[in-house]
Amino acid sequence: MLLKITGGTVYDPANGVNGEVRDLHVRDGRLVAAPGADERIDQEYDAGGCVVMAGAIDLHTHIGGGKMNIARAMLPEDHRGDLLARTDVTRASSGHAAPGTLAAGYRYAEMGYTACFEPAVLPVNARQAHMEMGDTPIVDKGGYVMLGSDDFLLRLMASGAEQALVNDYVAWTLNATRCIAIKVVNPGGISAFKFNQRQMNLDAKHPFYGVTPRDIVRTLSRAVYELGLTHPLHVHASNLGVPGNEVTTLGTMAAAEGLPIHLTHIQFHSYGTEGDRKFSSAAARIAEAINGQPNVSCDVGQILFGQTVTASGDTMMQYQNAAHAHPRKAVVMDIECDAGCGVVPFRYRDRNFVNALQWAIGLEIFLLVDDPWRVFLTTDHPNGAPFTTYPHLIRLLMDRTFRNERLALLNPAAQALTTLGTLDREYSLYEIAILTRAAPARILGLADRGHLAPGAVADITVYRRQPDPERMFTAPAWVFKDGELVARDGRIVQVTWGRYHAVVPEYDPGIERRLREYFDRYHTIGFGNFRITEDEMTAFGHGATLVNHACTRRSA
Amino acid sequence: MSASSIPDEQHDVACPFCGLVCDDLVVATHDGRLSVRANGCRISIPAFERETPVDVPRVGGRPVPLAEAVTEAARLLHEARQPLFAGLGTDLAGARAIARLAERLGGVVDHMNSAAGLRDTMVLQDSGWINTTLTEVRNRADLLVVAGTDVSGRFPRFFERCVANRETMFGDERRCEVVFLGQGPPDDALPPGIATTVIPCEGPRLQEVFGVLRTLVTGRPPKLESGGGIPMPVLESLAQRMRAARYGVLVWAAGDFAFPHAELTVQSLCELVRELGRTTRFCGLPLAGGDGDVTFDSVHLWQSGFGSRTSYGRGVPEYDPYHFSTERVLEHGADALLWVSSFNEARTPPASAVPTIVLGRAGMALPEPPAVFVPVGTPGVDHAGHLFRTDRVVALPLARLRASDLPSVAEAVESIEEALSCC
Repeated sequence: MLLKITGGTVYDPANGVNGEVRDLHVRDGRLVAAPGADERIDQEYDAGGCVVMAGAIDLHTHIGGGKMNIARAMLPEDHRGDLLARTDVTRASSGHAAPGTLAAGYRYAEMGYTACFEPAVLPVNARQAHMEMGDTPIVDKGGYVMLGSDDFLLRLMASGAEQALVNDYVAWTLNATRCIAIKVVNPGGISAFKFNQRQMNLDAKHPFYGVTPRDIVRTLSRAVYELGLTHPLHVHASNLGVPGNEVTTLGTMAAAEGLPIHLTHIQFHSYGTEGDRKFSSAAARIAEAINGQPNVSCDVGQILFGQTVTASGDTMMQYQNAAHAHPRKAVVMDIECDAGCGVVPFRYRDRNFVNALQWAIGLEIFLLVDDPWRVFLTTDHPNGAPFTTYPHLIRLLMDRTFRNERLALLNPAAQALTTLGTLDREYSLYEIAILTRAAPARILGLADRGHLAPGAVADITVYRRQPDPERMFTAPAWVFKDGELVARDGRIVQVTWGRYHAVVPEYDPGIERRLREYFDRYHTIGFGNFRITEDEMTAFGHGATLVNHACTRRSA
Repeated sequence: MSASSIPDEQHDVACPFCGLVCDDLVVATHDGRLSVRANGCRISIPAFERETPVDVPRVGGRPVPLAEAVTEAARLLHEARQPLFAGLGTDLAGARAIARLAERLGGVVDHMNSAAGLRDTMVLQDSGWINTTLTEVRNRADLLVVAGTDVSGRFPRFFERCVANRETMFGDERRCEVVFLGQGPPDDALPPGIATTVIPCEGPRLQEVFGVLRTLVTGRPPKLESGGGIPMPVLESLAQRMRAARYGVLVWAAGDFAFPHAELTVQSLCELVRELGRTTRFCGLPLAGGDGDVTFDSVHLWQSGFGSRTSYGRGVPEYDPYHFSTERVLEHGADALLWVSSFNEARTPPASAVPTIVLGRAGMALPEPPAVFVPVGTPGVDHAGHLFRTDRVVALPLARLRASDLPSVAEAVESIEEALSCC
């Protein structure tokens, strides 16, 4: 089967293609070079006047795992406002803030997204996360496994274990949980909360283990580097949401000591204490720090106004946030000496000073970070807003007039404290393609995704060019997944099941002896049942292929 | 898998017969008979060691080949305008298959334990909670208040696995006091060495007890001589111990709250936990999970956004915990019932005049022959599978322990789905 997408204007930053009219050819799910004149084209799509990009990749979206299922269970009223009817090809489900997995997969694909990564997989909950992602149709998926408040690592560190032993544990965890990257959430803080500590600064000692968040970030970022993972340590820093947390955030960047580090939903970590209300934007200082440190990348975690739900592993901060819940309900859970989770429904209001300033801070970061390869487009779905708001966010980035019109509607005190109105930058389509495809593929090590050169997987999105980018990015003309047409004009036409992406770094099996003893002595599940097999993944994913990406060890 | 490839003795076996899903059993297989060699309990041993009678598919009580039973089941479901999918005692694969079929046919789904589950879910949906899980209890808890249940009846190894251990991650001399609010367990149900106190209380009065404890915890003692029938000095002492706990846990089992409006009792319990959490760490521990209830609800929740008691009758998932209970749907309009119980042959469908298809554990005895009966294998015995534990966090793999010709629920449902296309 040879398929041709003819005459589209291609934006393919990974290959330096900036708005050139090109034909694309697809055979057996992959892009191929232009065939000879004698080869028959089986199907042709006329993309004249259209914008063509690789399928979009969301590198931080909470789509699967225990905390999302708690969020779903808590919010029947939210689902009722957004029911998806059964069609000839899709199943009924429900959407909005914490959508069903079916709805999430359909809607991502309808928007031209072809891969999504769940950034907070608890090791002990990894099976459920993969079951849920497996039930998320069409898109590829993968998880980042959370370490840093698990007692095993903290015990290792407290005992002064060598880095090599930590590396073995990190590698074993990635193998056992079938994940692609390592995440740390409020380093050590989730554990400290179990000892009734309510707040934790970067250099505060854990009340039992004595290690600091800085130690944990340094140790894990080094493990990730030495194991040869492509994705840097993915860090949800300490003090999320706390005024003045810019100091912690800058310190966390430094804690990596020059090794790669990714700071996630950095908007929530870019707050100063200036002004009458002791809450201000530190976006300029944070962006300056990112601009000056090439080892640092971030995603924004933009907030957008309306009802959503916040779901996080950060029990320490979510316990505090429960006071602001809307509607007034919250779940906080300590989980299996592994981590925890907190789920708090939230409504961001444009008339609220803090919320309005959060909105502006996120956009300031987008516009002040110079290198589009190191700032990623996220709302930390659903924490800042549901992922379905991405087209609106893209318009805010691309259209300064629109952005300033929105700014003028916000809480006046917040307007007075942001420089957003003075920022002229407008993102180009080329830059949007970097933020949403080329850069996520590169930072995750997905060599054959996020671009359109021959050999790449044929995940392709074709947009009808429209003056309003929000409309354009909401309902692409065609979306191809692995070369199959899955959506047309923003409607699903075929359901496929995507793949899983993971890494399997090598480790000294000696660590398993230690782990077996640890499980036997302290846990309520057995070591033998912890590890997820490849066969399980295939079953969870409706036959999905598990793609294990290469890791090459690096010396210290 | 051939019979010869199954080892005679398997270790790390997960038990699917209660919500704890203990995964440390040793089970031996000999000629298709199982015996629990280690770590069994009074639920798991009879459930594993039960002799499996030879059982065959039947239509109207008449033995038929499986294909004929499947065809008849498909015909009944195809002709139904409002099929009800209930019981739903199955594993991950079975839950997925049923959810798909129910959605396709515009049916209603409701698990057999949903009435108990809703006592917790309604609190989750109204105000939330602060909870913990089994390994945290095992390592951290220094006070356990067990309310309205003796635990041991439904979850026999809970105290052995989560309370009796002296060694924890944080020291070797752990002592965890256990206070039963209600009725204590029989003497032989607790492992030795656990310090227990029993404060007698009737289940329906627990809500009042939690309310009084909450006011005591806040330091505003009510001018009462007793609360919920418990003398005030006893409650004052308990409140003081709860406040002094470093990691206290309030345990309940909604299945044992069999009285009207028990969700309000669960809610007052959760409010008490929240109040205690202002100064110390205190968590709730809801114990649930039997017959795959947590598994079915979890799967249906992540796929559709809703748990049990959801109807697809109008092409979208509509969740209504009142109207879509098995009892009400059977009374008001259901014209076919697919009943699933693969873990427990005693959980039979409710009596009704509605044509009923039963996917039941082999050997299920039914007072009247249903329209269609298909004996199915038990997950974790006759075939592999996955099951969620009480905490909705840990999902464990279930092993195949013996050769069996019985279809799994997933296989039976998939066959019915295939046969539908011929209707």
